[in-house]
This record gives sequence, C-alpha cells and structure tokens, in this order.
Amino acid sequence: MTPVHPPRSSFAPALDAHLVVDRGDFVLDVELQTPLGVTALLGPNGSGKTTALTALAGLTPLTRGHVDRGPARWSGDGVHLAPERRGVGLVLAEPMLFPHLTLLDNVAFGPRSRGMPRAAARDRAREELARVGLEQLARRRPGEVSSGQAQRAALARALATDPELLLLDEPLSALDPDTRTRTRADLARRLRDYPGVTVLTSHDPLDALTLADQLVFLEAGRVTQTGTPADVVARPRTAYVASLVGLNLLSGTLVRERCVTSVAGTTDVTHRSRTSVDEGWTVRLAGSSLVLAEPPAGAGPGEQVWATVNPEAVALFTARPTTSARNLWQLRVDSVTVTGQRARVHLGGGVDLVAEVTLGAVAALGITRGQQLWAAVKATEIHTYPA
Amino acid sequence: MAPSSSWSLRVAAGIGLTFILLPLAALLLRVDWPDLGTHLAAPVVGQSLRLSAVTTSATMVLVWLLGTPLAWQLARSDHRLTAWARALVTVPLVLPPVVGGVALLMAWGRRGVLGGPLEAWFGITVPFTTVAVVMAELFVALPFYVVAVEGSMRGLDRRYDQVAATLGAGPLRTFFTVVVPMVLPGIAAGSALAWARALGEFGATITFAGSFPGRTQTAPLGVYAALEQDPQAAIALSVVMLAVSVVVLGVLRTRWLR
Amino acid sequence: MRAARRAAALGAAALLLLGACAAGQDSSGAPAEALTLTVVAAASLTDVFEPIADGFEGDHPGVTVEMSFAASSTVVQQVNQGAGADVLALAGEGSLEPLADEHRHGEVTLFATNQLEIAVPVDNPGGVSGLDDLSDPGLTVVACAEQVPCGSAAAELFAQEGLTPQIASYEPDVRATLTKVELGEVDAGLVYRTDVAAAPDRVAGVPIPAERNVVNRYPALAVSDQELAQDFVDHLVSEAAQTILTDAGFGAAPAAS
Repeated sequence: MTPVHPPRSSFAPALDAHLVVDRGDFVLDVELQTPLGVTALLGPNGSGKTTALTALAGLTPLTRGHVDRGPARWSGDGVHLAPERRGVGLVLAEPMLFPHLTLLDNVAFGPRSRGMPRAAARDRAREELARVGLEQLARRRPGEVSSGQAQRAALARALATDPELLLLDEPLSALDPDTRTRTRADLARRLRDYPGVTVLTSHDPLDALTLADQLVFLEAGRVTQTGTPADVVARPRTAYVASLVGLNLLSGTLVRERCVTSVAGTTDVTHRSRTSVDEGWTVRLAGSSLVLAEPPAGAGPGEQVWATVNPEAVALFTARPTTSARNLWQLRVDSVTVTGQRARVHLGGGVDLVAEVTLGAVAALGITRGQQLWAAVKATEIHTYPA
Repeated sequence: MAPSSSWSLRVAAGIGLTFILLPLAALLLRVDWPDLGTHLAAPVVGQSLRLSAVTTSATMVLVWLLGTPLAWQLARSDHRLTAWARALVTVPLVLPPVVGGVALLMAWGRRGVLGGPLEAWFGITVPFTTVAVVMAELFVALPFYVVAVEGSMRGLDRRYDQVAATLGAGPLRTFFTVVVPMVLPGIAAGSALAWARALGEFGATITFAGSFPGRTQTAPLGVYAALEQDPQAAIALSVVMLAVSVVVLGVLRTRWLR
Repeated sequence: MRAARRAAALGAAALLLLGACAAGQDSSGAPAEALTLTVVAAASLTDVFEPIADGFEGDHPGVTVEMSFAASSTVVQQVNQGAGADVLALAGEGSLEPLADEHRHGEVTLFATNQLEIAVPVDNPGGVSGLDDLSDPGLTVVACAEQVPCGSAAAELFAQEGLTPQIASYEPDVRATLTKVELGEVDAGLVYRTDVAAAPDRVAGVPIPAERNVVNRYPALAVSDQELAQDFVDHLVSEAAQTILTDAGFGAAPAAS
C-alpha cells in the first residue's frame, strides 16, 4: 500500500482516511491522505471506488480504519458519525434530484435540513444555482431540464450545505459526450472556487486529468499508484494505469550491450548499430527486447525498469520495411477498435503492443484480425523509468 | 391475428367479465326505484352508513400512521428477520376474516392476552364497541396497504436516501420529505385497496365487535341484518355501497392509478 | 353417512349445490334406492337432528339425509331462493311467514317446543342469578337478532317482563350467541334451554321460571313434492324422535292447533 502524499507535503493532510471494508468476497483496504483540492480515485469497475466514497460519506460502515477530516474524527475507534452529521456533499452519476421538488427546493433541501429558515435557505439556493448558471430554471422540476442541467443542479445542491468534503461519484459518466465536455468545464470552474476537499471517482482519464490535483488508482480494492496527473502520465506503473493514459507499458530488465538484437532472433545489423554499438542499452523483455536511445535516469544494468511507448509512435507495415527505427517486430493482429477517426490495433505474438493509426491507414493496410504485420518503434520514442 | 385477440381468449375474457358484472346488474334490477327514497330512509340504512363512514375514516387514519412506517421498515431493513415479518404481515390477506375475528377476541377479548389485563387494570373492554369495529377493519385492511406501499418503496432508488442523508436530513426527515412524497401514487393505490377492504369488512367485525345498530353494525352487517327483515332496505343499502365504491375507486383510478 | 352429513352441514353454499342435485334426481323419478333427502333446519336443532336422521335412515334403507343448519330466517330465505330442500324445520312459527306458497307442500307439523334460558360463562363473572339481574347496566348481555326466533322470543321476554338489559350485540343466530358466552366475552346471553343442555362444560345455565318464560313452538313441513319429505316430517313426531328431543331438553310436540 502506497500512502498518498500530497504534492505540497509540508501540510498536514486535510483528509486522512484508512478505509477497510470487508464484504467477504471483496475487501477494500485503502489509505488516503489528501490536501485541500481535488483527488481523483480511478480504477476499473469493481475496484472499490464507489465503496471508498460511500465509506467516506458514512453510508458504508468501516470494518476497520478511520476517517479524519481536519481535526474532526468522523469514523474510527468506536466513533461512527451518521452521514447527516458529517459535512459531506454527494453527487452521483445520475443527478438523483428529488422529482417532486423544484430545482430551487432541491438545492434548498440541504440548508433546510440543517436548520436554516425557509427564506434564507431559498436565498442560498438561488445563489448556488446562479453559480452553475441555472438561476433561470429555479422554478423547474427535474423532469423539465436537460441531463447536463440536472447534473449541475445536483452539484449546486451538494455545495449548498458548505460541505467540508465533496464526493463526486462518476459525476459525468451518465452524460452524452457533448454534454459531458461542457459539464466537465462547468464542474472544473465550480471546483476551483470550492475551498474544501473533493474526492471524485471516474474511469475516464480525461475527468481525472482535467479536474484533479492528484490521482489515486485502485485495483481490486487496493491502491496501485498515486501521484500528480503529470507524474502518472509520464510514469504509469500498472497495465491499467498505462491503458488509461493511453500508453503501452512494458516491463523488463535493463541491459547494456554491444550488439543489438531484434525479436526475430536475427542480429539487426543496420548502419546505426554499427556506429553506436558502445552505447547499446536495451530492455530485455520476456522473449524480446527493446532498444533504447539513452539509459534511464536512476537505473543501472540488471535492474527492473518500466518502458512506455505511445501507440501513435508505433508504425505499421505489411512488408518488412526499410526504416531507421531500431525496434522492429513481426506481430499478429489480435483486434482492432475504432474511436472517432482513429483506430487502435492490438498486436500480440512476441510483444503486446497497441498501435494507434488513422482509419485511412487501416483501410490502406487492409488490416484484419489474425494478419501478420511489421511494427516499428524508434528508440527515441521509448521512455523508461525505474520500477 | 395477434395472440391477444384470439377468439378463445376473448370468449374467456367475456365470460369472466360477465361473471363479475351480472350480479351487480341483477342487484340494480331488483331495486325498487320508485320507492328507493323510502327504503333509504329506513333507520338501518342511515345508521349503518354513518357508522361505516366513521369507522373506515378512523381506520384509514390508523392505516396511514402505522402502515406507512411499517412499509418503510419492511422495504429498507436488511435484517434477516425482515423477510419473515414481510410474510407474516400478509397473513391476514389469506386468513378467513372470521378467523381474524376469533384471533382478535383471543388477543383483545375480556379473556384475551391483552384484553384481560386491560379490563382487570383499567376497566376497559374492547369487544362490542365501535373501537372493536375499527380494530377489525384495521386488521384486515392494513396488510393490503402495507403490501402495496412497501412495493413502491422498495422500488425507490436507495441513492435518494443516501443523497438526502448527506444533505443533512436524518432518517425521519428523509422519510417525510423525500420518501412519502415520492411514493404517493403507491400510497393512493394502497389506500384505495385498504379502504375498500375496510368498507366491506364483515366476518371479523361480526365475530369481534358483534352487531348493534349505530354502534357496531356497519353497512355490510346492516345489509345482512336487513336482508331477512326488510330486503328492499338491504338492497337500497347495497346500492349505496356499490355507488360509493365505484365513485371512490373511479376518482382514485383517474387521479392516481394509470 | 354421518360424516357425509357433517360435511354437508359445514357450508350452506356447498349444501345448496348438493340439494339442487338431489332435487333434480328426485323429480326424474329415480328408484327408491340411493335417494337423498335434504333437510334445512334452525341452528338450535343441530345436535338433535343428527340422531333423529340416523333413526330415519334406519327405517328407510338406501336413503341418505343431508342437513344444513342456520338461523331460521336464513334457511327460510334459502328455500325461497330455490335451495332445493325437501324438509324445512324452524325454531318459531313466526319465521314461517316469509315462506312462499309454492314451497308449501303439506301441513305444518309442530314437533317440539323450546324455552329461553340465560347462558353465563362457567365462572359466571357477572354473578347473574336470575332474570331481573339482566337489567343491571354493568352487565354485558348478548341476544339473537330479532329476525331469528330466539331473538324475537328474547324481545318478547324483555317486553313482557319490563326488562331493559344493556345489549352489546344482536347475534345472527343462537349458536353465535352461545359462542360469545362460551368465550367469556359477555356476562350473559339469552339462548334456548337446549343449547345450555348441549354445552354443559362450556357454559352454565340460569333457568327462567316457567311462568315468566316465553315458549317457542317448532314447525316443520315438506317443501318439495318428494314423498319421503312428508315421511320425515311425520318421523319428527314419532316416539323415537320425541324421546331424543325431550332428552335434549325440548318440550314435547304440542297438540295440533
């Protein structure tokens, strides 16, 4: 378990939690120390993101551990503060606005529940609706507004109680792509003004990268990687994280060699290998190897390293190409997925690689499943870092 | 031809509909329309209708006060005994009402589990009172309401409860400001069923509360008592009950039920 | 055969169906064997008609007697509505009035008399010792509804004796009245002498002096053209039947009036 250290680690964490929830067939065990600002929990379905969030809210009781918000203990050592007595705001994938109340009364619900007089609560609600651009729709019922507007109202409702901890569970996942883009921008703007701690879950890296100050990756109930977005993008440490940030992640042993070999097992005697034979650094993979342009900082020969390759840096050929790229493999096409104008070609049979090419390229190469292709990657496109 | 309009299905449906409508039509045919006013003026009619109005109203108030929280507990409790409680609540649905009346006597009668001490210590006797009528009606009507309302409460997304809790609403506030307003259609449907059941209650009432004009003789008991003495008054009373039921259910149907 | 009768007595509705079948059989002129005779009778006759019917069946081999019991007013209505009964026996002459002429086959025979008695729970919590105690406002008293003979007899008794009891409920028939007493839910109930005699362990009786009591005369008559129906009516005044009736506490058949 890697505790999350705040980027500016001189502060005491604003939120300090150790969440253990034992459901028998699933155990969540997560430590979170976050500063003020936005922390994103990312992970595949079933990784425990939502459980972690409901545990922070007090909706799921902890088997063990604690939740401290600043100096206040919310959970742990026999304490269990009911959700309504914690200062949390919760926004879910669906807005979950109360259908029998207007947007105004939905937003005023929290202040009213916390004892504010009706008129004051409505004033506060109007203010919050205005901050998300919905003041014109205050009198509407949830069924009479769009999904994006409803989600903004849900955010206004959660913030109207001045929560110390704002929890967003996949807040954009139920929106269509266009609405999601606009709502993401609204959310980012609103969160900048929010002074407390925000924890959001997502499986969309764009949410995390645009909204969060730090990322926490969960897989099977455990933290697998933490860091700032820049750090995580540069140095993913699990296959899931790498695929999320869109990179190929390979793991192997760093080797210093005089001679460069290719996957086919034949010595690749290109003009370059002759000129820089003394500088030959490779990563030995299972059954293959990667040629590097330069050695990784902080790692020596014989050590385990991670290597990432941007899918866009993988070039595909139907016949063996004449290329300056020092990494060349003949691979099998396992599958092709299309998003927008781009296609991702999943390759196997020696090295597991994903290549991202245009749809035009797919057509030109006549790519089909099971076909053999040549894949080339320049040594300069391979980034390595210590494991 | 669509399977739903096959002739055999239509014939069966027609027979079923006729079976329900024929006795109602026969009742209307037997009414002495010119003298209906006179028959309605018979003491048994006014007395029993007034008593039925009073007792079913009291029953509905109790049904709402007790049934709504009960339905909510059954809908949301994860306790392993909840399934048992859910099954037990429905027992009066299948129990012959007379047996219900006997059971009420065993509990609240002068020699009953609770009725005995109640009389010995406070001098309160329950059977043969209007209170006993309300209890008999409550006993048979409450399960109808609870089953209907629990169904719509269980269909209510739990995330509404969760969001309300994070907004600072305790369980009680959530219940009144979120749950109840959201299951109003279910409450209306359950109320209609429960009210109809309470209005028609006979077996448990005559067993537990007896039959005394103006005190425990509700409209169905009045029909039964009058049938052999003054059949036209019984028919007139039956027609009034039929009309009231049709109007109330009709209003509820257009207003609340699809 | 006994079991068959008991089962039939369980539900009036079930019996109506059986009775209808039996009537159909009879009119088709079926031979004497396997004949069914349907008797509908007042609730207060429940216990005595069983042995009387057994005797009748003994005298008429191949005949089955099926019986149904309810309040007198109810069984008269059942016959009027075409219940398909052969013999009607009631607990009071007044109850015969609503019987339609088309169902009157043969003469009315008065076969027994009965008198009211105060039934009290065995421990007599109300301390009832006589008729005059019934006017005590602290007592809970039940009686039959006025449309049934035990109810009209009770009303007559109250009027005649100037009693003003606090009636808690007018029960639909005499058995329901007796049950309320048995359960201890009331302090006293006005039932027939024979009902108290039939339930010696479950209720206690407080007799009413003969000179203050009201006498109910029990009529019976054939209500179908079935020949055996009149035989059954005649059987009711036979020595064997009369012995059973008097043993149960009924008064002997009054002289024909």
